[in-house]
Amino acid sequence: MTTTGHSKAGAIQVTGEVIGLRRAGEYHVLTLTAGGIPDLTRPGHFVALAVGGDQSSMLLRRAFSIYSVQSRGVYGGTLEIVFAVNGKGTEWLSRLHRHDQVDIVGPLGRPFALPKEPVACVLVAGGYGSAPMFSLADALRARGCRVDVVLGASTESKLFGVLDAKRITASLTITTDDGSAGERGRVTDVLPAVLKRTDADVVYACGPMPMLQAVAKVATEHGAYSQCAVEESMACGIGVCMSCVLPVVGDDGVTRMLRSCVDGPVFRGDRVRWDEVGSIPEGTLGAPVSGGH
Amino acid sequence: MTRAVITHGPRPDAAADVPDIDMSTWLAGLELPSPVLTASGCAAAGRELDQFFDITTIGAVVTKSIMLNPRSGRPTPRMAETPSGMLNSIGLQGPGIDAFLDKDLEWLRARGARAVVSIAGGSVDEYTRLASKLRHVADVAAIEVNISCPNVEDRGQVFACDPVSAAEVITAVRRNTNPGIPVLAKLSPDVTDIVAIARSVVDAGADGLSMINTLLGMVIDTDTMRPALAGITGGLSGPAIRPVAVRCVYQVHAALPDVPILGMGGISTGLDALEFVLAGASAVSVGTVTFHDPSAPARIARELAVALAERGFESFEQAVGHAHRATDAAAASGGPVAGHGHTVDDDEPDTSVEAGVEG
Repeated sequence: MTTTGHSKAGAIQVTGEVIGLRRAGEYHVLTLTAGGIPDLTRPGHFVALAVGGDQSSMLLRRAFSIYSVQSRGVYGGTLEIVFAVNGKGTEWLSRLHRHDQVDIVGPLGRPFALPKEPVACVLVAGGYGSAPMFSLADALRARGCRVDVVLGASTESKLFGVLDAKRITASLTITTDDGSAGERGRVTDVLPAVLKRTDADVVYACGPMPMLQAVAKVATEHGAYSQCAVEESMACGIGVCMSCVLPVVGDDGVTRMLRSCVDGPVFRGDRVRWDEVGSIPEGTLGAPVSGGH
Repeated sequence: MTRAVITHGPRPDAAADVPDIDMSTWLAGLELPSPVLTASGCAAAGRELDQFFDITTIGAVVTKSIMLNPRSGRPTPRMAETPSGMLNSIGLQGPGIDAFLDKDLEWLRARGARAVVSIAGGSVDEYTRLASKLRHVADVAAIEVNISCPNVEDRGQVFACDPVSAAEVITAVRRNTNPGIPVLAKLSPDVTDIVAIARSVVDAGADGLSMINTLLGMVIDTDTMRPALAGITGGLSGPAIRPVAVRCVYQVHAALPDVPILGMGGISTGLDALEFVLAGASAVSVGTVTFHDPSAPARIARELAVALAERGFESFEQAVGHAHRATDAAAASGGPVAGHGHTVDDDEPDTSVEAGVEG
């Protein structure tokens, strides 16, 4: 294990080793040694992995939510990520073997904000967006919060962590688009009833952007705060490249293009201008005026 | 937190092997303790990378190009990965010069890092005002004038594509800023004759040249069957462009041997950096590789020192422009022997170096 980094609380770079790689439905769960990263990790943090090996032509790191960490064990600190194969980088990850080395940077991003009071919380996730929710549930329950979970996916094999969820939740509601598990429909079809029943103050969400937008809307309608972990494509993951920006309204009411890697990935759902993600909304700080830059 | 070394090879103690070689360099009147700098737009203002290595140890932090006013940049997607490279279409997002000076430059000053401030404008007047703003600012090691950002709506705005426009900008900056601060002109490779542009900006008062900026490129997403970037075109960077960059540095150094060059374009190892030095660069910037390896600037500085020592150089400066010298003269003067470096023994501290030599 080699490590670089001299910051007090920031991210570090380590060479991890593959401990295990297993299938979970349509996903893969990768377990890596990760040196000091687990000790620094909070729910909602992510890691960025170099892919393709030493001679890789793939320059950009791939970012993954941290599913679980173990600070000490047989292998020292380890962490787990969940991924789906959807490109050359994740395909390379899916073919790793035990003892292969992976360069890891983390923990990255701003984690979920936790309530100070023991309030009721609902955790909503789409697909493998559930990965960061289980450590979050543990942290919330340690504060005495009631935790209810809603998991959704297009079909049963794309649900992740159903068993984990059953262990840590007061109630688990499952939806699938095709009705192969749980209720047919979307997470937002069942969310209003869950919020009403639990009188939740905070909704935590992770999944595809349209889902986050819909969840944030439902939460706001029920007077709950929402904390949404966004998925934006990133190049560096550490805040230097400015690729992963989205329009977010600040405390001063001004919209800025914020980096999801360092200002996020967790944002207040009522602050993201969801309809305008992918664009520069009019009035954004520094937006082009009449006729472009 | 212990600071050790990232290597992809078998020996994690490579830092102990860094040879005792004078790595200091002069770049346009500016003395730097290390010839490796960050590249503008790939290091923000240094703070993020300082998590991974001590940024006061590198030559300088070249900050992301700053404009007069806050700027949102372009819509997303702004980035597309390409073979051994990437396209970016950021569009110069930034907080504007005043906020930059108050926050970013102030942080670099407090941290004790050398700062090369990159400026960008949409008109000669904007460059003039930026230069004036920097006139009385302490702790600016040099100004890099970005006249070559490809991510502007109007290609006519790429000053570096036209010798007259390029010279107008450099004249304005040189005239309006502190005469004691070196001005580097950052050039675009997307021109027919980069030597002509280089001559023009040097005649206009540039103290040195930064080469190269990204090449204008494009990717079409074959699933959506539309351009992958919201900005349609973007700047290509990374190892894919390195041969183009080395060629530019070599051509300009051959034509203007007295003009200092800050070389950049796809450097990801010490040997990559060495190519630029041999071609005539007095210092190098490392950019896109930091997205892959955030400790790259420090790693590359170490690898470059090893590579220079292996080739018999006693100092960094001895190697600058070496590729232009006749091999006989080098041999006669007792300098490094041509042909060395084609074999790598088992003690090679980093397998990426080995691959670079043989690959």
